[in-house]
Amino acid sequence: MSFGPHLLLATLEGLVTSAVLALTALGLSLVFGVMRVVNVAHGEFFMLGAVLAWWIASLATGHPAVGFLLALVVSPLIVGAVALVAERLVLRRLDYNPEATIVATIGMLYIIQQLALTFYGPEARPVEAPFSYRILLPWFGYSGYKLSVIAFSAILLLATWFVLTRTKIGLVMRATQYDRETAQAFGIPVGRVYAGVFALGAMLAAIAAVLIVPIQQAHYLMGLDPLLLSFIVVIIGGLGSLRGTVVAAVLIGLSDGIISVFFSPTLAKIIATLIVAMVLVFRPQGLFGTAAR
Amino acid sequence: MTGALTISGLDCFYGEVQVLHGLNLDLRKGEVLCLLGRNGAGKTTTLKAIMGLVPARSGSIMLDGHDLTKLAVHEVPKAGVAYVPQGRRLFAEMTVAENIEIGLMTRNKGSQTRESVLELFPLLRDRLRQRSGTLSGGEQQMLAMARALCLEPEVLLLDEPTEGLMPSMIARIRETVTKLRARGVSTILVEQRVDAVLSVADRVSFIENGRNRETVGVGRLRKDPAFVQRYVGVG
Repeated sequence: MSFGPHLLLATLEGLVTSAVLALTALGLSLVFGVMRVVNVAHGEFFMLGAVLAWWIASLATGHPAVGFLLALVVSPLIVGAVALVAERLVLRRLDYNPEATIVATIGMLYIIQQLALTFYGPEARPVEAPFSYRILLPWFGYSGYKLSVIAFSAILLLATWFVLTRTKIGLVMRATQYDRETAQAFGIPVGRVYAGVFALGAMLAAIAAVLIVPIQQAHYLMGLDPLLLSFIVVIIGGLGSLRGTVVAAVLIGLSDGIISVFFSPTLAKIIATLIVAMVLVFRPQGLFGTAAR
Repeated sequence: MTGALTISGLDCFYGEVQVLHGLNLDLRKGEVLCLLGRNGAGKTTTLKAIMGLVPARSGSIMLDGHDLTKLAVHEVPKAGVAYVPQGRRLFAEMTVAENIEIGLMTRNKGSQTRESVLELFPLLRDRLRQRSGTLSGGEQQMLAMARALCLEPEVLLLDEPTEGLMPSMIARIRETVTKLRARGVSTILVEQRVDAVLSVADRVSFIENGRNRETVGVGRLRKDPAFVQRYVGVG
């Protein structure tokens, strides 16, 4: 294959990574933005979404699309419920103290991971893609499912943007983010907003995971990479900035795809980490973040 | 006259430090009651305690037969208390329209309330799409008051609304307070300077060391400036 088509393939692969990463990082960014909680267990919500997707899909019979669609709906709901319980039982009792919640979410990380190992086991298992249509380009055939992942993520990101900027729910979330005390003085039940945001953040990670299991397999240790990359994306894009999160996810996803194809995956990680260091030194609030007030 | 808001025996703490010591306060229906006192006397804390933002360890705050200290924090504004905090505390990243919308959502008020509030502050009507953080100080103060009035409150709490404003703006804020008084809104106004108060207030409570030392009518205060000297005078 010559350079042009090779680059196109790398770009497509990078865009798939970007799409899934943008959803995962958005969840992390929302939780930090609104609640000021650094959720170290975010990657485990991703893993839980993937493992549950396998379990749900394995229960369904008939066409693979049935199992997949069922997983796409049910798995995020279960993960959201788990996050809601964790928020009520743990984070709220710590009064959302920044240091304490970091330690607590590290604990949640290990609990979720070990539960997955106990009940799901150490194997990596795939979920069958809902359709196996291949788009034939002049140089190579490309999975139609992967393209649909990009499209579906884009739609979800747009929907999140719409909810945040154009609806009352979004207004309430933003008011809580900017000034918790004043929000309460205007009748906003901050505790309930926090619970909702934490569940929503986990559900975004779970959706991203369901989308990725037909491409990568579900495994109990699969949460680490998305967690690391999400932190990288959120730091580069600026915490709490939706636009920054999307731009940084595309940047990191594409560079990861292209550099991995032409050089090595390790070099891609090195460069991503280097970008983070540069951003932290020269623009600590991130590319699109606003300086702390 | 009946009471709009009655505080009795209120104790409040910041951590271990007691800020309010059995504070008593009585706001009558339709009056403007001013809290005067030195820095750190507990004026702002009193307002925050009414809003539930500083928890009351003992004592009661009665509004319409309900004890506000028993309510969840976000239920207090729904009961009809609106708050204009010190330093305005707008949602600075949001537009003027969004700030007003948050005020309206508090007690599910609609476009009628919105219109009547914008009538009071016509200046804001031209700025609805502007980010509120980019307004001038005086405009921000008007927006903070507009946002609070969107609750159609029974009781309005104003914390130093004229702080840091130029004289023409101060005059307009005072005019607004007088207008609201004519509409029957009961107001608690916190101020540092007595001259900012005499023209708008009905009565003045002198706050010192977290206690309400004395409440006097404005007429008496005009005749006898010794009060002011005692509670807020320097030296």
